[in-house]
Amino acid sequence: MRNAFADELTKLGQEDPRVVMLSGDIGNKLFDKFKAAQPERFFNCGVAEQNMMGVAAGMAMSGLRPVAYTITPFVTTRCLEQIRTDAAYHEAPVTVVAVGAGLAYAGLGPTHHACEDLSFLRSIPNMVVLAPGDEWEVRAGLRAILQQDRPAYMRMGKKGEPVVHAGAIADFEIGKAIPMTERPIGDGGEVCLLSTGNLLPEVLEAGRLLGERGISAQTLSFHTVKPLDEACLAMAFQRFQRVVSVEEHSVVGGFGSAVAEWAVDAGIDARKLLRIGTPDRFFKLSGEQSFARERLGLTAPQIAERVAGTLKQRTTAA
Amino acid sequence: MTALAMRQSPDTEALRAQAARIRGRVVEMCHASKSAHLGSSLSCVDILTAAYWHVLDIDPNNPADPKRDRFILSKGHAAMAIYATLAMRGYFPEEELATYNQDDGRLAEHPPANMLPGIEAATGSLGHGLPLGLGMALAGRIKGEDYRVYALLSDGENNEGSVWEAAMFAAGQKLENVCVVVDYNKWQATGRSNETLALAPLRDKWAAFGWDAQEVDGHDVGRLAERMANLPNGSGKPVALIAHTIKGRGVSFMEDDNNWHYRAPTAEEVVKAHAELGLV
Repeated sequence: MRNAFADELTKLGQEDPRVVMLSGDIGNKLFDKFKAAQPERFFNCGVAEQNMMGVAAGMAMSGLRPVAYTITPFVTTRCLEQIRTDAAYHEAPVTVVAVGAGLAYAGLGPTHHACEDLSFLRSIPNMVVLAPGDEWEVRAGLRAILQQDRPAYMRMGKKGEPVVHAGAIADFEIGKAIPMTERPIGDGGEVCLLSTGNLLPEVLEAGRLLGERGISAQTLSFHTVKPLDEACLAMAFQRFQRVVSVEEHSVVGGFGSAVAEWAVDAGIDARKLLRIGTPDRFFKLSGEQSFARERLGLTAPQIAERVAGTLKQRTTAA
Repeated sequence: MTALAMRQSPDTEALRAQAARIRGRVVEMCHASKSAHLGSSLSCVDILTAAYWHVLDIDPNNPADPKRDRFILSKGHAAMAIYATLAMRGYFPEEELATYNQDDGRLAEHPPANMLPGIEAATGSLGHGLPLGLGMALAGRIKGEDYRVYALLSDGENNEGSVWEAAMFAAGQKLENVCVVVDYNKWQATGRSNETLALAPLRDKWAAFGWDAQEVDGHDVGRLAERMANLPNGSGKPVALIAHTIKGRGVSFMEDDNNWHYRAPTAEEVVKAHAELGLV
């Protein structure tokens, strides 16, 4: 995902003279092409994220389109007040891009885990919050952000994630979920899986596993957490027996919470909703992302099992 | 206008008279609104006067001119002082000052974002103004515009780590179009600024961070105007003016008395203050 980001940003930098890249002393060689093409628009801001975000806001207030980038906790929680007060309050079009969201840097420990960023960022007024599902969604998301005129946050994995989409997404729109299955969403069925962020390949596999068990499931990629695609949610809750939000983020305050809030406010039957995410605790064991996901119940078989189990419960209860 | 202003020596007498009028307004606003931060507002009036009546290349009728000089009141709690300054400089009607801190107005206790002409950045949380200003200065460099950026910081604000992140960044980028003025009134909200954290020697700290750091009398409005106008000054570095000031300056019974960080004057005290400022 990060390589796609760097590549797309290099192209955007050549197309748009307002694009400026700010890095918090990471991405060794990642931005060499951007730097070579636009040396005057690349800044290594050092390990000083509060200043980086303030500088980005000052640039945005002066007509530029800065992109501020570093590892997720450091570009979100470390400088949250600068995002809120300098960028969002001023409606300054700063693009905050986070690498290693969720458990992508599981092995580096909880200092580098980021399972709270969606919660913090979506609560800030004026912010657009994106969690793309693969590198094509990263490219399309970045391009769409820079075409608008407001502050935005985009969280990514790191590198080597499975590619889901076949190629460039022509009709990508911020705030519009993408159906991932052949059948139109309107057909309905038993289970609708709402996936946000880089867990998308696992969620698609979970859908396939459910199908093997005779449970029809459709998957939607909710690359935008804010604004929510409310029309799509309304249809999902209307046509499916079960709606499942899945994210590599805490169940507190993230995408699933946003769906639950929307459902309650909209008077929808929220009992249909199952929220799958990371638990409300720090994950302290060593090990890579696949291990952390397995321990926290986020692999495809675990997701499928959990969804199937709740379907059974509902049937029994009825 | 910049070049002209720099060539002309400041009209010190006129600047002093203007500063007194601003102080008088600020005292009135504080009394009417019963709000805090009178001492902090009075200590930086000479700096604001020098900036807005001598240094800055600005046009109140075209506040969004991309080529304008930028002035950021990073110590946003001195909002009364910048509101009075901007109103008297012609950015909005002076009558609006009566709405300060009243319901449904534009003049909140800290300067708001995108509401009031002349306010370059919303401030109130300390340590934000300088990074914002550096972004504005770099944007100027990228676009080939030579406007200058001034940021007025409080001494207590130098407690914030983001100030020193920004200081290193500005020196690294050789942002010689940037000038910080520290309103060094020796107090922060609840104590002496040199005792709360180890602030002194403040000039040496800014110099060590790569700035052309100079000490200046923050109430010598003519000298301030000259120093601030001399930007870039040929040093190749950003400039930090450590302006020695007195909290509550201009009203004898408020000077260097930190009770006026939160206290508001009575009607009687307003009359006395105006008399001392030569406004009656």
